Parts: sequence; structure tokens; C-alpha cells
Amino acid sequence: MDMAGSKPQLTWAINLSVAFLVLLWVIPTVGLLISSFRDRDQISTSGWWTALSASERNFIQRADAPNTAVRDGDVWVVSGNVFGDKPGEVVAFGVRSQAPEAFAVGETGEHANGARISVQANGDYRIAYSEPQEGTRGLRLFVRSQSPPVFTLDNYSEVLFAEGIGRAFLNTLTVTVPATIIPILVAAFAAYALAWMEFPGRALLIAGIVGLLVVPLQVAFIPLLKLHNTVGIGKGYLGIWLAHTGFGLPLAVYLLRNYIAGLPREIIESAKVDGATDFDIFRRIILPLSYPALASFAIFQFLWVWNDLLVAKVFLGTGSNQLVMTGLIVELLGSRGGDWEILAASAFVSIAVPTLVFFSLQKYLVRGLLAGSVKGG
Amino acid sequence: MQQLFFAAGTIVIGVFGCVGYFYFSNILLDIIFPGRGPHAGRNINRANAIRPWLFLFPTLAVLGLYLVYPVFSSGWLSMSDAGGDTFVGFENYAWLLQDRKFLESLGNNALWLVFVPAAATFFGLISAGLTDRIKWGAAAKSLIFMPMAISFVGAAVIWKFIYDYRGADQEQIGLLNAVVVALGGDPHAWITIPFWNNFFLMIILIWIQSGFAMVILSAALRGISEETIEAAFLDGATPLQVFFRIKIPQIWGTIAVVWTTITVLVLKIFDIVFAMTNGQWGTQVLANLMYDWMFRGTPDFGRGSAIVMVIMLLVVPIMAWNIRNAAKEMR
Repeated sequence: MDMAGSKPQLTWAINLSVAFLVLLWVIPTVGLLISSFRDRDQISTSGWWTALSASERNFIQRADAPNTAVRDGDVWVVSGNVFGDKPGEVVAFGVRSQAPEAFAVGETGEHANGARISVQANGDYRIAYSEPQEGTRGLRLFVRSQSPPVFTLDNYSEVLFAEGIGRAFLNTLTVTVPATIIPILVAAFAAYALAWMEFPGRALLIAGIVGLLVVPLQVAFIPLLKLHNTVGIGKGYLGIWLAHTGFGLPLAVYLLRNYIAGLPREIIESAKVDGATDFDIFRRIILPLSYPALASFAIFQFLWVWNDLLVAKVFLGTGSNQLVMTGLIVELLGSRGGDWEILAASAFVSIAVPTLVFFSLQKYLVRGLLAGSVKGG
Repeated sequence: MQQLFFAAGTIVIGVFGCVGYFYFSNILLDIIFPGRGPHAGRNINRANAIRPWLFLFPTLAVLGLYLVYPVFSSGWLSMSDAGGDTFVGFENYAWLLQDRKFLESLGNNALWLVFVPAAATFFGLISAGLTDRIKWGAAAKSLIFMPMAISFVGAAVIWKFIYDYRGADQEQIGLLNAVVVALGGDPHAWITIPFWNNFFLMIILIWIQSGFAMVILSAALRGISEETIEAAFLDGATPLQVFFRIKIPQIWGTIAVVWTTITVLVLKIFDIVFAMTNGQWGTQVLANLMYDWMFRGTPDFGRGSAIVMVIMLLVVPIMAWNIRNAAKEMR
């Protein structure tokens, strides 16, 4: 509406409100994306929004055993590094749990047993005893450290190869592709019949399809599981392909019928006059012309099947050869709930494909939504 | 890898099977009722009467087996015992009415039913109204719409990072608690606070569904005739007045469609609750309760089916409304 543009303040207010809304909507996903690239220690000690700044954390490191001390002049010394081989910078340290940050870097602290301890910024520590030691338990060093932001691909390589997401990805793909392609073909023929062929009961069938659109899937679980077990399909890919085909068909037939019924009558009638059979008309005219509607439904069905958890839980087994990504992530939420880096990377792997499909084929998705909701209702 | 070949094989067999069925059944029909010879006219009429059913048969068979039959079968099972064999009348329904978890689920579903469609439609309407007026509206729309592509499970993980809770003495890594602490409040374990945690779960679905509402409502808003809007502006209406008094009343029909579509989704809501709380802390919903009864140690098909039939019953009014609208449109 250009009229709103006549008032600059209003335009500003609208731009700002939209920016705010978009920010609100995007932030959760951005948080996940950033988290999935962070180092595991940093994820669990600081928020993802601090990912670019150095993160401070406190930890306890046990020094080497006193009996490994080597003589250095008149003292016996144990030395090492509190970080091991990880990067980091010591800010402060302590020798008692009551005062974990008692000393600054470079200062020398004294332990109750007389040992003199110093820690350098790079993590090197030096513990000096005045006499040789026998103990085998190293001193506990309390360290407050600052580590530079660490971004890594380790989380991804771990979930893909060690946590089974790679395998689950293949399983999801195995479920999704046939369950997307097969209903399209079946539905297209039915949609043509419902749109352009005259026969008694047609209106009733269309009403039936519209009714089936909203039947809750849960209704089908127990009867179909029993049926699958009776006929010997059991839990497996064949069963879930059939189930997804059944559950997707009402929308497929509905969307395609609406679209095909809207094609110009003259084309179809002139083909009939030329002696084309219904099969020819369908193959040569209807299919090529309905390409946008076919694409719309394909995207819907793809997103729905790829993202589905419930149908997979019911119709597939839980072995690694059948567990889909959503199912595995739910399991990880239970068993590895504290391992944020695993969760974040797994979730992002599962989100990546549908998001890509979404952004590249958005046009068709929107078109399908509009055909499904605005026109028919 | 082997399994991908299996899937590829299925696609090939499925696609060729379908095409083959349609192709050969049509040829067969033409052989049985040839369109020439002494009875050509009668044969053509007969073939034309049968052909639609050849086209419809696979769809009707699958729909019948995978959606229609289960509705009746579930109805029957809901009046059977745990194993699904013995008829017990309305015993399972009587049990439902006194089961605390069922009543809790019913209450929560009601809460979802009121709150989610309303909020998603509201945000959808606002963002549709606003994004249609700015230059980068298309980009903004696509970002708000994007959560629609994310699975409920993925969304649950995303929002765990928002709702995470650490003790007050630690640094918060959940965004919500970090904001609360920065504003001087105390951190909370949001998803364990009875009653209010339902709303924290609902926010996830609202986040996903607002984009859907926006896309559809935005198309409806653009379909409004320019004349009414211009007339209102000429009469001195402010943009806000035009939006609420002129535009919204003209798209009531579409708002109703969006509202009912989300309502149907909400009735079936499962994944978010399953992944976030699994029904603990007073967040149980019907679909998750049904799943519980179906897959717990010893499944109870009778009670599970009774819960399903309740969901089905709640959907029926919307089904009737949809069919009526579709019938009206075809006339």
C-alpha cells in the first residue's frame, strides 16, 4: 500500500517492527547453528551469543604426583600444564576449594603442606617442595581460565560417524523418497478421473476425500499394525511406505484435482475430438500441464515424511538399520541430554535438507498451500 | 548402501507398477469392449462407465485400507479389552472419564486449542499486514515462514537451547534465563513449572505455524479490492483503521480456514510434548497419552483406541464444515 509510504515515521515504525519480528523468529535457529560449531566445553559453560568473545571458566586440575618431583637446586619440583594440550589462558588460580581464585598469574601461593605453587598465564605450573615427597596423589589446582572462541567441525564428524546420524540420514532418505514419489502417481490418475470424467458418485467421492483430509493418523496405528503383522509385513520399510502413501493420498488427490479441474476445457475436448483416449490425454496433456501442482504436493509430502517422528516410531523398528533421524535425536535427548554439541549438530544435520528444499522451492510450497486452503477450505 | 538400492528398486517397481497397471488395464478394457464392430456404440458407453474406476481403483483401495477401515476398526477396538479380542462395551470410555491423566490431557488439549490457533493467526496476520508494506517484505516473509520446514523434533532441540536452566550461581546458557537474569530476575526451569510449562511448549508450535498463517493471510489481504481501501483512505481513515475495519472483515473466511487448519494440527500434537517433557510436569496431551497406552510394557489397545476415538470425535465438526464448504464451492 503506497499510501502508508506518505508518512515517513510510519514507514520507519513498520520497518522496525518487521525487523524485530524477523529477529525473534530467526534467533532460535541461529542459536542452534552457532552452537553446533562450538567447542563442547564452551557450549556447556557459556551461552551461544557469547561465542565470539573469550569464555571464562573454572576448573580443577590435579597436578602430577608429588613422588615424581625432580630435584632442582635445594627444592623438589613438580611441573606441567593445567590445560594439557588445549588452548587457554589462566586468569587466576588457587590451592584451596574455599579460595579458588586466591592468586593472580605469576604470584606464588603456598599450600597448607608447605608446597609453593606458581601458575603462568600459558598454563605452566610449578610446585616446589622443600623436601623429597612420597605421596602419589597430586595437588588439586583450582584454575580460572579464559579460552579464545573455538569453532570446530568435530561435532559434525562425531555425530555423523560415531553417533549414528549418518546411518539414520540414509534411513530417513530410504523412507522419504519412495513415500514421496509413489503417492503422486497414484493420486494423479484419481485426480484426473475426479476432475474430467463423468460417472455417478463423483461428488460423493470428492466429499469423502475432503473428509479424509483431517482424519487423525493416530486412528490408523493400532489397526494397521495388527494388519501388517497379520499379512507378514511386520515393522519395516514396506509398511511405512504404504502407510505414508495412504496418509498422503487425500491431500495429493485434493490438491491435484483442484488444479486439474482448473485446466482449460478446450484443450481436453479438442484432444477427445481428435480421438485421443483418456489415458493419452492424461499422459500427453494433463501430466505436463500439472507440473506445478505435482511439485507442490511433492514438497509437502517430502517435508512431512522427512520430519515425521510418530509414523516412523509406529511402523519402523528401532534397530540402527531402521531408526530415522528424528527418532535418533529423540533418543539422544534422553540419553545424551547434557551433551549439547551432539544434540545441536544432530539436529542441524536433520534440519539442513528440508531447509534447503524449503528455500529453493518455496514458490511451489506457497502455491500448494494457497490451493489447499484458500480455494477449497 | 544396500538399503538405498532397495529403496531405488522400490521406486522403480512402484512407478513402473503404477504406470503398467494404468496402461494395461486401459488396453484390456479396450479389448473387452472394442470401440468398433457391431456393438461399437454400446461398447464405448460401457468402457466409459468403467474407465473412471480403473483410474480410481488404486487410490480408493489404499485410502480404504489405510484410513477408512482403521476408523471403524479403532471404533470397534475401543470397545474391546486390552488385547483387542473381547467386547467390553463402553468400559474403556468409562475408565477414561475417571482417569486423572486423561482429564489432564483433555484440559491441556483444550488449552492448546484456544491458545495456539489464536496466537499463530494473530502473529500471521500482523506479519502479513506489515511485510506487505515494505521493500524487503519477501525476504522477511521467507525467514518467518522457514520454521515450517523444521521438524517438531528439531524445533524441540532448538528450543531446549532457549529454555535451558542452570542454578542461579552459574552462567545461564539458555537464552530465556540469560535475559531474565540480565533483567535482574531469577532463573527458572521453565518446562517443569506446572501449568505455565504448557505455554512454553505451545510457543514452539506457534513459532512453527505463524509462517503458515502469514503466507495464506497475506495472499488473502492482497486479494482485497483496491476500491474499498481507497474509498476508506479518501474518507480519512488511518492505516490502522483501514487494516482492522476494512481489510480484516473482508478476509474472515480465510482466517477461519487458517484457524481450523491449525486446530486440526493441534488436536494431533504429539512430537513436541514427546520430545520436550514426555507428558511430565502436567503437560500430557491426548496423542501422547494414546502413544503411551499403545507402546508401554503391556500395550492396552482398548484404552489406546478409546483415546484415539476421542480425538476423532473432536475432529468431526471440522470435517463436516470442510465438506460443506467444498460442496458449496463445487456448485
